[in-house]
Amino acid sequence: MKAKYLLGILFWIVALALAFGLLYKHYDQIAMLNPKGWVAEQQKDLMWLATWLMLLVVLPVFIMTGWIAWKYRASNPHAKYTPDWDNSYLAEAVWWGFPLLIVSVLSVVTYTSSHKLDPYKPLESDTTPLKVQVVALQWKWLFIYPEQKIASVNLLQIPEKTPINFEITSDAPMNSFWIPELGGQIYAMSGMRTKLHLIADQPGEFAGSSANLSGVGFSGMRFTTKATSQQGFDEWVKKAQSSSQSLEAKSYEQLAIPSEYNPVALFTLKDPELFETILHQTMQME
Amino acid sequence: MFGKLTLDALKHGPIESGVSYSVGIVAIIVITLLFYFKGWEGLWKGWITTLDPKRIGRMYLIVSLLMLFKGVVDAGMIRAQLAFSVGESHGYLESNHFQQIFTAHGTSMIFFVGMGVVFGLLNIIVPLQIGARDVAFPFLNSLSFWLFSVGAILVNLSLMVGNFSGAGWLPYPPLSELQYSPDVGIDYWIWSVQIAGIGSLLSGVNFFVTILKMRAPGMTLMRMPLFTWSALNAMVLVIFAFPILTVALALLSLDRTLGMHFFTTDGGGNPMLFVNLIWAWGHPEVYILILPFFGVFSEVVSTFSEKRLFGYTSMVWALAAITFLSFLVWLHHFFTMGAGANVNAFFGVMTMLIAVPTGVKVFNWLFTMYGGRIHFKTPMLWFLAFIFIFGTGGMTGVLMAIPPADYQVHNSLFLIAHFHSMVIGGVLFGFFAAYSYWFPKVFGFTLNEKIGRYAFWCWFMGFILAIMPLYVLGMMGATRRLDHYDASTGWQPLYIVAAVGIIFIVLGVILQNIQLLASIAERRRNRDYTGDPWNGRTLEWATSSPPKFYNFAFVPEVHGRDAFWSMKQAEKAGGEHEHHYEAIHMPKRSGMGFYIGMWVFLLGFGLIWHIWWLVALTFLGMLIFTIIRLSDDEPEQLIPASKIKRIDLTKRHVHNGHS
Amino acid sequence: MGTASHAGTGQETYERTVFGFWVYLMTDCILFATLFATYVVLQNNLNGGPSGKELFHLPFALSETLILLVSSFTSGLAVMAAQNLKKVPTLTWLGATFLLGLAFIILEVTEFTHLVQEGNSWQRSAFLSSFFTLVGTHGAHITSGLLWILVMLFQIAFRGINIASLRRVACLGLFWHFLDVIWIFIFTIVYLMGAL
Repeated sequence: MKAKYLLGILFWIVALALAFGLLYKHYDQIAMLNPKGWVAEQQKDLMWLATWLMLLVVLPVFIMTGWIAWKYRASNPHAKYTPDWDNSYLAEAVWWGFPLLIVSVLSVVTYTSSHKLDPYKPLESDTTPLKVQVVALQWKWLFIYPEQKIASVNLLQIPEKTPINFEITSDAPMNSFWIPELGGQIYAMSGMRTKLHLIADQPGEFAGSSANLSGVGFSGMRFTTKATSQQGFDEWVKKAQSSSQSLEAKSYEQLAIPSEYNPVALFTLKDPELFETILHQTMQME
Repeated sequence: MFGKLTLDALKHGPIESGVSYSVGIVAIIVITLLFYFKGWEGLWKGWITTLDPKRIGRMYLIVSLLMLFKGVVDAGMIRAQLAFSVGESHGYLESNHFQQIFTAHGTSMIFFVGMGVVFGLLNIIVPLQIGARDVAFPFLNSLSFWLFSVGAILVNLSLMVGNFSGAGWLPYPPLSELQYSPDVGIDYWIWSVQIAGIGSLLSGVNFFVTILKMRAPGMTLMRMPLFTWSALNAMVLVIFAFPILTVALALLSLDRTLGMHFFTTDGGGNPMLFVNLIWAWGHPEVYILILPFFGVFSEVVSTFSEKRLFGYTSMVWALAAITFLSFLVWLHHFFTMGAGANVNAFFGVMTMLIAVPTGVKVFNWLFTMYGGRIHFKTPMLWFLAFIFIFGTGGMTGVLMAIPPADYQVHNSLFLIAHFHSMVIGGVLFGFFAAYSYWFPKVFGFTLNEKIGRYAFWCWFMGFILAIMPLYVLGMMGATRRLDHYDASTGWQPLYIVAAVGIIFIVLGVILQNIQLLASIAERRRNRDYTGDPWNGRTLEWATSSPPKFYNFAFVPEVHGRDAFWSMKQAEKAGGEHEHHYEAIHMPKRSGMGFYIGMWVFLLGFGLIWHIWWLVALTFLGMLIFTIIRLSDDEPEQLIPASKIKRIDLTKRHVHNGHS
Repeated sequence: MGTASHAGTGQETYERTVFGFWVYLMTDCILFATLFATYVVLQNNLNGGPSGKELFHLPFALSETLILLVSSFTSGLAVMAAQNLKKVPTLTWLGATFLLGLAFIILEVTEFTHLVQEGNSWQRSAFLSSFFTLVGTHGAHITSGLLWILVMLFQIAFRGINIASLRRVACLGLFWHFLDVIWIFIFTIVYLMGAL
């Protein structure tokens, strides 16, 4: 009897130690708890708020479960057995009402935050936003900077503290554009233009990926988001503008051929309307 | 001549070939044993042609458990891959194969395990609980089972002939269109799910009518057991939701087969339409899976607390609220598709609302236990684990119902952890509770409690290890369906922990198998002679274990809730009265369900491989056999009263059972 | 309420089957509703091709509607005759329903063939895909109904009207009326609203 319980308790101790140890060691890598941009920061606060509000209901439930199970176990002679007590209007009122109250509060939070953090809503800032057009390809990300007349593959370089206005489409199956340290994702869809607004509050390198299965090479659709000072960004733009590769209709066709785990590439952008061209090629509604 | 089918379809990698050969060897062994023990006649007469829902139910469960085994193996392969596919190493599975594995995992688990155990249980228990002798449409019931099996066969066939889909358990276009998935994988998925889905739809109608029209006299709706109520609600969901699935799948197959443009990127197609349609079915589907197990927990908690279920009326209303609301939330599966703040917010709020009636049920279960005398048999252990797991999973669900929060965690492992908490904690643990609870009724002897407890702990600990790290991984930015990641992400330790969890789960599965074997070995010692091993409250316990083919020799008269409990109290007070045996109409056996099923299997195969002459031939065959069956004017037989009396008295004399 | 002990009696089977058939018709209703929703979403995705305004001939659709309406009436008469156990009138009205239904199908197939020959098949655009699928699904249901009528004609001719054939004719009648109702929606949403 005793060895069994000892083994069980040992398991839980080891599991909890492992859990806390790993969490402690890798805490900085938990993107959603260490946001690097305003949008992700808001989303993190939202998640904590929701969690605390729900714990108000769930924690009592867990405690009650444990206590009731213990107290009313059949082997307990001290518990009062009331086999016919099967109704209480007060209890029903409480557990229909209180969770409804929590949900009402959360509903207000849902409504306000859905508007505040609408991916289509431009961010408030004194700095001029940077426009980046994103095309999901098989199986890499193409970033077009129409105003700087450059483009890059699998590298999104941006200046810090600057709102980035993304326009996103796909020349591939449905993908999802996601940089967790900066904020939530939005789908990249063929023939459609989705929008996202993000900002990096500090310099750094942030991982990005596609969050929607798009075929065999999907796992390789990783890109780096590099946030630097404005000066660092300008230097990088100059570097790209002097790239030997240029991106226009023909070279784009080459690029669009399916490939996996593409290395970073920089292009000069011959055709600043390339994004619109790609969009309308795939858009055939009317 | 053979459409797209060539000998290349039989060429496979080592793993798939190994599995195919193993299946072949097992099949040969089974067939040999059947010949050796001359079991063909028994198999045909007793099982393949049976219209007895108690047997059909068991066949559903056998298929489901085989698919569960396959699904767990798939899960093991996924975790093994991800524990090692870091940096330079790309694991042991190619991306293409890996994607088929997680697609098969999800498809098998939802359609062939989830739906299978739901209909398996409904078949075995619902007629008994309402005091009926059969379902409303016994032949349709058999047909549904065979259609379900055909779906399962097709999924497994894809392992040996051709390949399965790699586009996920719900294959979004444009990925699932010909442009990006030209091979037969998607078609295998479409037809196995479509065929099984039609079986489910027919069963939905069947059980809906059964519950509404075939209850014993005196059993008003508000006197039905909660399990039957939950089944009724689930069937309403099936009736309203499955036609949507039928259409969505049909439209995708029309795109792929006839060049239509519903969801294509050209021609004016709209992939977002598929997403909407499939989730308009998909969300009610997950409630179809869980509601019966809420019903199971109501029975289990009440029985093992020796107390009436608390808040019966409230529980019924909660079920109805969940059923109604489940049709108003589908968009929460794709907040990130860009529907706009108002639309997203509406669906977010609706989603949160469902948590309220669900919570109400939890409270009522707890208050059933309060003031009771609780016996912690294995069903109660599964219930307690459910509270913890479903509770945390539900919390994360409400969290994701807030669109901006969902923008971060959508399609990450956080999402995977959430729904695995719900399906494993809710559906699977609920099934294990039902299994332990009703096993003695079905087989006539109880299961070994001790091994059952060990199995429980392995499953519970395994679940914690396998699923909890996924929440953290999701928050670290790990997407679902990845087959490789960089070392710099720091994800590997957590993936390894998850893999260890699967090992515990596999141990749990092994122990459950040992439990079954040990229980069979000790069955004489643990035989249930009374038909009522747990001191139950509902009518299924009023029969022998196992029940006779006609369930009840005398149709019970119901005077209140917990019909059997009141019957027992009345007996203690008054004693038995004389019964007058009557002749009973029961359905005749029929092989038509099986035959039509086989036509449909070949039809599905033809559709998948574009073998058009086969399609025409088998469609005709299916049609002709259906017409023949539906033209049968005498599908029933009359069992004479003397035979009923003889069977019933034998049972009563030897086993001293209840009437 | 308590029918378990008399599971075999014709009356209970009749009621239960007809009720079950109603429930099945509800699922078929949801099926068509989904197809209608698909049609409405995709009806303006013309891919540079023609719209309903250019393709639909209202008089043609109206004749189809009238044919179906009359056939619904004759099917009702058939059910009534069957309930009165009158074999010859039942066969007559079922036969009339069949002929009218056949006429409907011939008209519909003519319309479809014409469209395909002009290059406006279901492959032309999302609009045409949804048109052919919605209207075609209804046509497939009518065709199944025609087959059902034929089977009933044979059964009643050779076995006469018994409780089983009565039950089946009742369900057939419900099926036929249901398809007429669906057609009214098709006529309104697809043809009328498309052409105006």
